[in-house]
Amino acid sequence: MLLINCPYCGEREQEEFTCGGEAHIERPKNPPDLSDDQWADYLFLRQNTKGLQYERWNHSFGCRQWFNVARNTATDEILAIYKIGEKPPPLESNEPLTPSGEPHIGSGNFSTSKK
Amino acid sequence: MIKRSKKYSVFSLVKNAMSYHENWQPAWRNPEIKKEYDAIIVGGGGHGLTTAFYLAKNHGIKNIAVVEKGWIGGGNTGRNTTIIRSNYLWDQSAAIYDHALKLWEGMSQELNYNVMFSQRGVMNVAHNLHDVRELKRRWHANRLNGIDCEWLNTEEVKKFCPVINTSPNIRYPVLGATLQRRAGTARHDAVAWGYARAADEMGVDIIQNCEVTGINMSNGNVTGIETSKGIINSKKIGIVAAGHSSVIAKMAGIKLPLESRPLQALVSEPVKPVIDTVVMSNTIHAYVSQSDKGELVIGAGTDGYNSYSQRGGFNIVEDTIMAIVELFPLFSRMKMLRHWGGIVDICPDASPIISKTHVNGLYFNCGWGTGGFKATPGSGWVFAHTIANDQPHALNAPFSINRFSSGELVDEHGAAAVAH
Repeated sequence: MLLINCPYCGEREQEEFTCGGEAHIERPKNPPDLSDDQWADYLFLRQNTKGLQYERWNHSFGCRQWFNVARNTATDEILAIYKIGEKPPPLESNEPLTPSGEPHIGSGNFSTSKK
Repeated sequence: MIKRSKKYSVFSLVKNAMSYHENWQPAWRNPEIKKEYDAIIVGGGGHGLTTAFYLAKNHGIKNIAVVEKGWIGGGNTGRNTTIIRSNYLWDQSAAIYDHALKLWEGMSQELNYNVMFSQRGVMNVAHNLHDVRELKRRWHANRLNGIDCEWLNTEEVKKFCPVINTSPNIRYPVLGATLQRRAGTARHDAVAWGYARAADEMGVDIIQNCEVTGINMSNGNVTGIETSKGIINSKKIGIVAAGHSSVIAKMAGIKLPLESRPLQALVSEPVKPVIDTVVMSNTIHAYVSQSDKGELVIGAGTDGYNSYSQRGGFNIVEDTIMAIVELFPLFSRMKMLRHWGGIVDICPDASPIISKTHVNGLYFNCGWGTGGFKATPGSGWVFAHTIANDQPHALNAPFSINRFSSGELVDEHGAAAVAH
């Protein structure tokens, strides 16, 4: 379970929060001009990054405020928390250990890690 | 060169018993990697192995490599709660899952490998008026699609599964259930091993501990893959990487509508036979069955955030156990032995993607989310057809990646039996 440091309330258990998915997806400014593929990209397609991911969280059972979290999805390590509307801080996630860039934690594959 | 496995039978069992079972041969080879294959399957889980098996068996393409990052049976195929059923709501899903269920029924014979397929029935329990309406709707939809399904009232539920708590005084009382008697469970890793052995026998090279690091393309055609063991060329590449589909897709510059999340399960200490069916509940989110070893196999829900860490939050486990204990108070003192998480790739409409892509020769079979195990043989069957003919089988045509642009989604959130 994650411990999330709400920028408004401080550190709380993850149970109080709801994840709102990938952050910084902007609603298209010209909806009538969009093609079906562009709509699909906006509505459905996601980065689903393994590694550093920027995402939105809501303190739904607390202050009910939205904020952004930068998290390493390979290790669940929270790297930064910043408010809605702010630019993501420059970050680098963990040093990759396997050829495709996985850290050894949780990869389920120790045989190809460089150690 | 390792001697190939022989046909398994009672005679081979007796013969090997004479030598204290010390002379069983490996079930599949550990082959040298060739420079080029007619087709490469990335991912050696159940779906990948069945794809290779049916490419060889149904389409005569035998020069195939299955490239697996870990080892056979070490991924989600060996991590799931082994439930097999086909009582899906929509015609498209019912067709593909029931095709799979029919293949399950002949699988042990076809593979000469006992996958311990047990048609013990799957019961989907209703706890409120909405559940009753929704499940009755699904029951009728199944009936119209020729899928066996019946409705049980509370007394019949109690009769079918006597350990269930049907007291009207619990928070979510049992108001009835649908029952699919042909549904059941199977030994999950035997499925991977059986298909690996059968595919290997037909000449498929199973390459373990080989991680894909890149996809090579030229002029919109796929030409091969880069791996931790070097470059392997092929004009047809099928990606069956489950939770890591987005990672592989990124290597080919493709963005998928997937989110990878942890899905947890747990297993209790072994006890004497107590529950001889599978009980699932959408509303209180619990499902339980008993393995042949006597352990209760309990499935939890997905965590509400993307993660590749193969571990989930304890609150999810707690919620599931609360539901199980309310439905089965006699399990309240049982100890849980093991608990684990796997990474599942969830589609926005809770239906899979079995599809061509805009890159020629590159195919994706992903998005099975929380319920891919039951589809294992059917998924391989249609994906092999898609790869061999460069066009989808009638059963997987509705599961094209283009449905996210066209809007023809196959929304199975409700019929996925548990809410995710």
